[in-house]
Amino acid sequence: MKKAYQKEYEPAFTPLTVIHEASRCLLCYDAPCSKACPAGTHPAKFIRSVRFRNFKGAAETIRKNNALGSICARVCPTEKLCQKGCSRSGIDRPIEIGKIQRYVTDFEDAIGMAVLPKGEKNKGKVAIIGSGPAGLQAAATLTELGYDVTIFEKEEKFGGWLRYGIPEYRLPNEIVDKEIARIEKMGVTFVNNKEITDLEVLKKDYKAILLAVGASYGKMLPLFKDNEKVSLAVDVLANIKEHNGEVEVPNNVLIIGGGDVAMDVATSLKLLGAKTVTVVAREQVFEFPASKKEYKDAHDNDVSIIDGYTPIEVNGNEVTFKHVELDATLKIKADKIIVAIGQMSKLEVFDTITSNRGIVDTNKYQTNDKQVFAAGDIIKGDKIVVAAVKYGKEAAYAIDEYLGGKR
Amino acid sequence: MKKKDLSINFLGVKFENPFCLSSSPVGNCYEMCAKAYDSGWGGVVFKTIGPKHFLINEVSPRFDALTKEDTPFVGFKNMEQIAEHSLEENLNDLRRLKKEYPNKVLIASIMGTNEEDWVELARLVEEAGADMIEMNLSCPQMTSHEMGSDVGTNAELCKKYCKAVKRGSKLPMMAKMTPNVTDMVPIAKACLEGGADGIAAINTIKSICNVDLDKKIGMPIVNGKSSISGYSGKAVKPVALRFIQQLRTGIEDVQISGIGGIETWEDAAEFILLGAKTLQVTTAIMQYGYRIVEDMCNGLSHYLEDQGYDSLEEMVGVANKNIIPCEELDRSYIVYPKIDLDKCVGCGRCYISCFDGAHQAIEFDEETRRPSVNKDKCVGCHLCATVCPVRCISKGEIKFKKGAKEHEIKL
Repeated sequence: MKKAYQKEYEPAFTPLTVIHEASRCLLCYDAPCSKACPAGTHPAKFIRSVRFRNFKGAAETIRKNNALGSICARVCPTEKLCQKGCSRSGIDRPIEIGKIQRYVTDFEDAIGMAVLPKGEKNKGKVAIIGSGPAGLQAAATLTELGYDVTIFEKEEKFGGWLRYGIPEYRLPNEIVDKEIARIEKMGVTFVNNKEITDLEVLKKDYKAILLAVGASYGKMLPLFKDNEKVSLAVDVLANIKEHNGEVEVPNNVLIIGGGDVAMDVATSLKLLGAKTVTVVAREQVFEFPASKKEYKDAHDNDVSIIDGYTPIEVNGNEVTFKHVELDATLKIKADKIIVAIGQMSKLEVFDTITSNRGIVDTNKYQTNDKQVFAAGDIIKGDKIVVAAVKYGKEAAYAIDEYLGGKR
Repeated sequence: MKKKDLSINFLGVKFENPFCLSSSPVGNCYEMCAKAYDSGWGGVVFKTIGPKHFLINEVSPRFDALTKEDTPFVGFKNMEQIAEHSLEENLNDLRRLKKEYPNKVLIASIMGTNEEDWVELARLVEEAGADMIEMNLSCPQMTSHEMGSDVGTNAELCKKYCKAVKRGSKLPMMAKMTPNVTDMVPIAKACLEGGADGIAAINTIKSICNVDLDKKIGMPIVNGKSSISGYSGKAVKPVALRFIQQLRTGIEDVQISGIGGIETWEDAAEFILLGAKTLQVTTAIMQYGYRIVEDMCNGLSHYLEDQGYDSLEEMVGVANKNIIPCEELDRSYIVYPKIDLDKCVGCGRCYISCFDGAHQAIEFDEETRRPSVNKDKCVGCHLCATVCPVRCISKGEIKFKKGAKEHEIKL
């Protein structure tokens, strides 16, 4: 089947194939999958529910620990987490846990099931700054705990990296919209186009504040600064997603970087018709940072991936690279150069909060200002969606504890 | 392709192989039977022909299936009765089949409502060229209580109708049994006394397969209602084998055509080893088509070769003597399970089943994720081996119970 940027890349399970996959599961006694999810999702339990045809129970199991279940089902690097220890690997290959989860959450959506209940709002007001995965999960958990939560988002639309970073073929906006709608239904107030610059004002109205602004700004290498041929990967991805692929696509693209973002931008451009896309990464194959799945998708879409080269000179649209170990150089000319070497946060506006190189100093999610907490990509830890879910949830519990909640 | 001689003589008729369509929707007309013959089936039991005065009127829909995980046909329920074509059409089809397939076996299944019907139908199908007659005494979903399994549970009536068929025709004849009885032997004996030459077993089991949970109606739904009707397919194989074993031990040298859940050559071999000479199939054909006979014939050929049998006949009933009453089994020893840790994937299913369903005799090391057997608690039930998904548990050390003398054990 022809792949397109606007269409989910991975085909979904059918009612028959999902049972087939669930039947492959050995139903382990001590299920390694359930021990490996940062968000505490319990695959062993929901897969067993699917096998015994209890799809509603499966949906409950997923939602209970993960308000972003249908998003994680699509974007999680499962091979590094739940599927990593799968006992079935001893026979052939691990269970496709993410795909089963996707089937269950699609089912939940299709029947209009609302697993997470409406909040009681009897414990006071909490503000969350940023509507990315950490902010959304924190909002859901705080609402469940009884707080009246408001999320402030600087952009027009909610979802942060989910909305503006992950390409449509991996995570359709429709899925993000539905996930947010579920959290809104719980009673969370969403405020858009609102950039918070003064925490002191907010502190008067809210008993606690959670900073979850993420790392939404792309990092630039000095070598590529002020070059009109150069763009940042995050900006390219946001532009493509905002226009649902209706953008001008360069013919010959050079991408610098070897992470998931580099793969995402490469695959997106290929799906949109770019003729030649070359990715050059400083890391070598054995240490490649992109997930296997994203690497494979890029490869399957004829992206050239060159490992172990670092840029040393830029001359207009020509870049010279040098191998990190070998005595080798490489010169590539491109219509467009895209830098995908990582993201950073901008925390300067929160000058009362102590941070170090974009990472907020926290102690169990609490910052130097006791009323202010932080979660997501701006704290120390993994920078993936499911980790943000974990941090958002744990930060919510930390806020509850700070406000005297008993668990 | 392995092709051994799979021919067998049953009731004086030579079958090129033992595989036949059973009397059912799969042998409903000339075209179907011709295609089945062309596909390699050794014989056809043409869908049951009834008397002219009994009109068949079927429901829609008429089937349902029991599923398990992603297995679509664990068992199958059907509500069809006997052939709905006219008597003339059916007889014409028999004539044409015999003419065009003279070397294939053609069996006419018949069913009457009284003695005259049985006599007349037997006469007509012999005249049309059938090689053999099967009396349908067992369809569980007839709209008349004078037909089908209501007759087949009454030994006297069975005997009377067998006599009638024998008055109408000299063809070899088998009586097809219903499994909806506690003991099939007295009924089979009555049929043999009435003149039947052999027994066909089993017909379908009375069933309700599923209930629609929204509508609160059994399946399939016929204008808001459903009925009890015949259940077949893989799930009934154990029941069929049990009846065949009981017929073989209860009636000396009884000739049997085996029916019930045959899908693979292995199923077929089991029926033959327990005493069936020919085999009849419907449900697997409904699911997969006539082509399944290819693997049945080929697989059975390989089996004959592997086992060193020169003919099917040598296999018939070989396993009967190895089924004995529970009270006669050797209860003097325990055989402990032996776990091959190289093959074990550490899923712990043996641990769960042993704890929850047996004797808490398997220990699971949570560090290494590997099971071990505690012989002080193990009773040798081998539930662990049955649930192991990688089949890494086999039979190990044999321990004789207190007071038992050591002797040779066949595992």
